[in-house]
Amino acid sequence: MAIIEAKNLTYTYPFAEKPAFKNVNLNIDMGEFVLLTGPSGCGKTTLCRCFNGLIPHFYGGKLEGEIIVAGLNPSEHPIHEMARHVGMVFQNPENQLFALTVEKDVAFGLENLGLPRDEIRRRVDWALKVTGIYDLKDRAPFELSGGQQQRVAIASVLAMQPEIIVLDEPTSFLDPLSAKNILETIYQLNKDLGITVILIEHRLDLAARYVNRVIIMNDGSIVLDEEPRKAFLDERIRLMGVGIPKVVRLYMLLREDGVDMGKVPLSPEETSNLIREALNFDRG
Amino acid sequence: MSMFDGLKFRNVSSPIHRIDPRAKFIYVCVLFVISVLFSQIIPLLTIFLIQIPLIIAAKVRREWLRLIRGSSFFAIIIFIMNIISLYFYGGQQQSLESIIEYSLAMTLRFIVLVESFSIFFLTTSPDMLGLSLEQMGVPYEFCFAFTTAIRFVPVLAEEAQTIIDAQRARGLELEKGNFMKRIRNYIPVLVPLIVNAIRRSLEMAEAMESRAWGASKKRTNIYTLKMHRGDYAFILISMVMLAVSIYARLFIKIPSIIQILQD
Amino acid sequence: MIEVEDVYFTYPNGVEALKGISLKIEDGEFVAIMGQNGAGKTTLVKHFNGLLKPTRGRVLIDGVDTRHVSVAMLSRKVGFVFQNPDHQLFSETVEDEVSFALKNFGFPEKVILERVEWALNLLDLKEYQKTSPFMLSGGERKRVALASVLAWDPKILILDEPTIGQDSYQKERLRQFIIQMNQQGKTVIIVTHDIEFVAECEPRVILMANGRIIADGEAKQVLTDTELINKSSLVLPEITQVFVRLNDFGFPRNVISVYEAKRLILEKLFGGIGR
Repeated sequence: MAIIEAKNLTYTYPFAEKPAFKNVNLNIDMGEFVLLTGPSGCGKTTLCRCFNGLIPHFYGGKLEGEIIVAGLNPSEHPIHEMARHVGMVFQNPENQLFALTVEKDVAFGLENLGLPRDEIRRRVDWALKVTGIYDLKDRAPFELSGGQQQRVAIASVLAMQPEIIVLDEPTSFLDPLSAKNILETIYQLNKDLGITVILIEHRLDLAARYVNRVIIMNDGSIVLDEEPRKAFLDERIRLMGVGIPKVVRLYMLLREDGVDMGKVPLSPEETSNLIREALNFDRG
Repeated sequence: MSMFDGLKFRNVSSPIHRIDPRAKFIYVCVLFVISVLFSQIIPLLTIFLIQIPLIIAAKVRREWLRLIRGSSFFAIIIFIMNIISLYFYGGQQQSLESIIEYSLAMTLRFIVLVESFSIFFLTTSPDMLGLSLEQMGVPYEFCFAFTTAIRFVPVLAEEAQTIIDAQRARGLELEKGNFMKRIRNYIPVLVPLIVNAIRRSLEMAEAMESRAWGASKKRTNIYTLKMHRGDYAFILISMVMLAVSIYARLFIKIPSIIQILQD
Repeated sequence: MIEVEDVYFTYPNGVEALKGISLKIEDGEFVAIMGQNGAGKTTLVKHFNGLLKPTRGRVLIDGVDTRHVSVAMLSRKVGFVFQNPDHQLFSETVEDEVSFALKNFGFPEKVILERVEWALNLLDLKEYQKTSPFMLSGGERKRVALASVLAWDPKILILDEPTIGQDSYQKERLRQFIIQMNQQGKTVIIVTHDIEFVAECEPRVILMANGRIIADGEAKQVLTDTELINKSSLVLPEITQVFVRLNDFGFPRNVISVYEAKRLILEKLFGGIGR
């Protein structure tokens, strides 16, 4: 069942000469884990802002076409209403944490909604536990590491129990280990809680193994919408400058020389297993 | 650690920290009134000394000392200004000793005020402050702006330092040049600072909206401030101090140091 | 040449960020300083242009002790490109921005015009010469910042986290650019935790953890050492992760390049005697 439906969606920022994206058609089903990527300036960030109503309410501009998110048309509902269905985690952890304790930050959205206090407490504790930061409850957000801060941001969005979570390059400022851990946590949210996840990410090598769908945008249009193993083989994306995981590159290089690993690998673990099989097969 | 650390919240656990900010605020107001009531050294010195146990109980000795040391510069200015103004404008009616005594008293008043404000800010977290403002009826937007500003002070300070470093690495020498040049030297520091502050507030606004800002007129708060016995006791003590001071001011003749020395 | 002699550094707030660092970087080297956030990488490189002076020990740039010279003087030789270009940009036009440092250093007007022209062309910014830097995209602003440092042609170039927020195309351009600068004789030092980027460049890698240097050597050796990687809270390069699991087939562990990986696998499958 589709939870996001966009038909011929076109958006132009105020005072802009040309649209940020044009004639986008998109259907995302409940429970999907979508990777949205493309070169800088392709329109992916702008597109995501349409899901929770930041476009058109916060940014203004001209939005044409149709879009339904969780059954609602974002243009006809205030952002705070869309926020109950679509949570958004931004790139810079520092600028999305407001309070002086982690607990208060995670409670922020729920306080805004005017929920009763014990309900808030319950949801906050739950969100903190799911994201693994319950013991950081009383710490000040700005004293935490980047990875911990992003977890707080995720928890504060999670507490509002949205059906969809959008993450805009959440690992940008994180070191590789924290990035890996955060993506793993996000994957758990998708797998265990069934939350639809839309992840904007350049580090395909880290995200590839978790996603079930890859959407690539370039210059304001969707150029590719496939499952990852097919998507990464597409010649066009390399020309666009989208960096495919090195293991996929290895698969392609071997294939050029007549060696087919059998499956396009999406992680180093998978790759070594496939190579092992190939070598064993060869030996045996 | 700079002087201003004496006004920044220090996160330890102490009986003073636990007192409701509203009670502490009343205390500060009372102290303000008392210190203005008196112009003699003895009562001011008494008030100064009375607060010392509070400072020790609040475990903020080090920061407080820093503040006092830092404000000694202003204290000296106050002292000198008082002496000068009394000497030249007070006519020749007063003796030099009484001028000095009065100026000392004024300086002491300043220090007492700094002392009590310091206790307040050192032991009250900005969170609690914002919360007490909220519960006193200040609209949430203002309380939020207040706590957020405090939350971002260290961030902005660090950013300012980074900007200064980045521009110094391009040959900017802030200390060089005449007065006009030095002011212009700060443009490469101020512009990025302001631009980034604006950019940051836009990003924050986006995040706030995305977390249902403005959804409900009746906003919940997971923390509430409740006044306890200890808080009321603290207020009571402050009131008693106020009453005693008013009585002393009206009915007791307080000798000046000079008079004591002459006896 | 950069010489760091047993340097200790403690921040005013009491945090000891560098605990006895000694190293030498010769002219024309390409070095990556890596480690977790907080390991001391940026603190260390800030000593190279005098922004920070050691609490103990000393830093020599071409034989000159950094404590005896101003930051402006050192910056003539050591160009530092900060992570966030928005911490530098303030001018009305890109042209003004790029000439800022040149004016500070007292270059004559004619030279300034030449150098600005050169830097803008080098970084593909000529079309934006009269544009306000604030109107440009993130990637373009990063290039303006880079141009403004290259303009005075420092012989040592330090880039602090140059790959953050960049897409693959931008990273590839950056990589080629760094190689170009290095080939022209510049010493290039990058501070980063982007393993894959460093694996592509294969510079000398200095690994830091908790204020100390825990490794200093070839990228291939340092980045593939599991123990070192764990100590510095990094991850192994993608390709290395594949090969550490295939140890029992006799593959070496220190593989970071895709091409070498291909070669080794094909060898194992088709070439080589006795399997």
